[in-house]
Amino acid sequence: MEIVKGKKIEQHLCDLHAAEEGMAVKAAHTPINELLTNFVKLHSGGTQTSTSELTCEECGLSFSKFRESSLMGCPSCYKSFEGPLSPLLERAHEGGSHHVGKVPRRAGAGEQRQAQLTRMRKKLNEAVTAEDYELAARLRDDIRRYEEQAE
Amino acid sequence: MSIRQLTDHAGEWLRGAGPHSDIVISSRIRYARNLAGYPFVNRANRRQRFEVLDRCKQEIVSKRLADNVLWVDLPDSPSMDRQLLVERHLISRQHATAGDDIPRAVALDAAETFAIMVNEEDHLRVQVLRSGMQLAEAYDQIDRIDDVLEEKLDFAYSRRFGYLTACPTNLGTGIRVSVMLHLPALKLTGEIEKVRRASRDMHLAVRGLFGEGSEALGDLYQISNQTTLGKAEQEILADFEHTVVPQIIAYEQQARQALLKQRQAQLDDKVWRAWALLTNARVMGTDEVLQLLSHLRLGVNLGRIEKVDIRAINELFLLTQPAHLQKLSQQEMDAAERRIARAKLIRQRLEQATR
Ligand SMILES: [Zn+2]
Ligand SMILES: [Zn+2]
Repeated sequence: MEIVKGKKIEQHLCDLHAAEEGMAVKAAHTPINELLTNFVKLHSGGTQTSTSELTCEECGLSFSKFRESSLMGCPSCYKSFEGPLSPLLERAHEGGSHHVGKVPRRAGAGEQRQAQLTRMRKKLNEAVTAEDYELAARLRDDIRRYEEQAE
Repeated sequence: MSIRQLTDHAGEWLRGAGPHSDIVISSRIRYARNLAGYPFVNRANRRQRFEVLDRCKQEIVSKRLADNVLWVDLPDSPSMDRQLLVERHLISRQHATAGDDIPRAVALDAAETFAIMVNEEDHLRVQVLRSGMQLAEAYDQIDRIDDVLEEKLDFAYSRRFGYLTACPTNLGTGIRVSVMLHLPALKLTGEIEKVRRASRDMHLAVRGLFGEGSEALGDLYQISNQTTLGKAEQEILADFEHTVVPQIIAYEQQARQALLKQRQAQLDDKVWRAWALLTNARVMGTDEVLQLLSHLRLGVNLGRIEKVDIRAINELFLLTQPAHLQKLSQQEMDAAERRIARAKLIRQRLEQATR
């Protein structure tokens, strides 16, 4: 059989994640964990400050927590961990480092919209936690209105 | 529409039709999306998870996707129903068994061409399933669903990383393309390992479809892409349509012809033994049944036996699974009882389907 496309990559990333559909059984995130472990070994002991202390400001996830679960906590984690994540992504995606492909229709003002929604929902969460339901109701209306104004 | 109605028929994807359906059982595409402004499911609190669920439900059942959408809240569903959905490839096992503290659901259309999991690993996991080799059609449909949903929902997206997903292996397009292949001749001729190796070299994942290990029961293999960042949807699709699948099909066909030419008696023996056992056995385990169905399916596709049509065989792959079996007989059964019920069901179905 002559399939000669693509280069051989030793690490097989997240088998499960390719597998999660249907009957395939999904357990832990073993393969990306392997990548992470190797990465951390490689970068420990150098002059570099420990990546484990990196924390996402938005959701509070630390890089070491990410290493345990292989799951990001929120969209902002990708910005917070961009440095240590980039080489891992390239290993995981046959060298791919930048998105090509479909762009959502709202993408133009998208990043601002997303940041705005994140801020509003964070406030809402704080209001609910503080049991300030009046404020929470107002924020909820604001969010709804904001969501409905499409670009 | 209810889950009950799912039991007595098989989904559109098991029709046994569509291009290359002698080898390609089904084509599936799924993508992952998350709502902007929320943490991902694993880090969202209970209230946020409910908000995400409600927000998605609103758009999914709005009739913009299909006239009749079945919405199933999973924590409220009996575990047998959830198991049934897993066997039908409509939800993942993780989605079926996650804790009751995770509000989550699946939405389906009547023909089971699409299934949308809400609050699985990502807020939205949309899949489209077609019978035979129909990746382009499947992509058209899933792209339409995406367009409809994104009219009203803000998806987390970045210019560099594309669609943002909980697991970095889904980043970018978020798209996973899979074909389910029936490769009995490559298995019989011992060449299946070459397919596995070649696929791995192309950075594709190969796995069995039934069972827990990597073992491919019923000679059914699922092949899917692993790369989602740095490759456009159309590129991923084109690889499958023009390179991967045609080559594997050709390879399986060569193996089938070789069996016909060089090992005809042995081939016929496998096929007719499968027929004899399937139509006479009184006790039947899942592994055994999948292997026998595989040989029978090969025999029918090669014209070595003409007693039954492919659709009936395809359906039996599904209906003999534990939850289906229990749903069909409308009672809970232990493993020993299931083996007896399984043998009986197969005899009945094959008798009905005998030409
Ligand atoms: Zn993963
Ligand atoms: Zn975060």
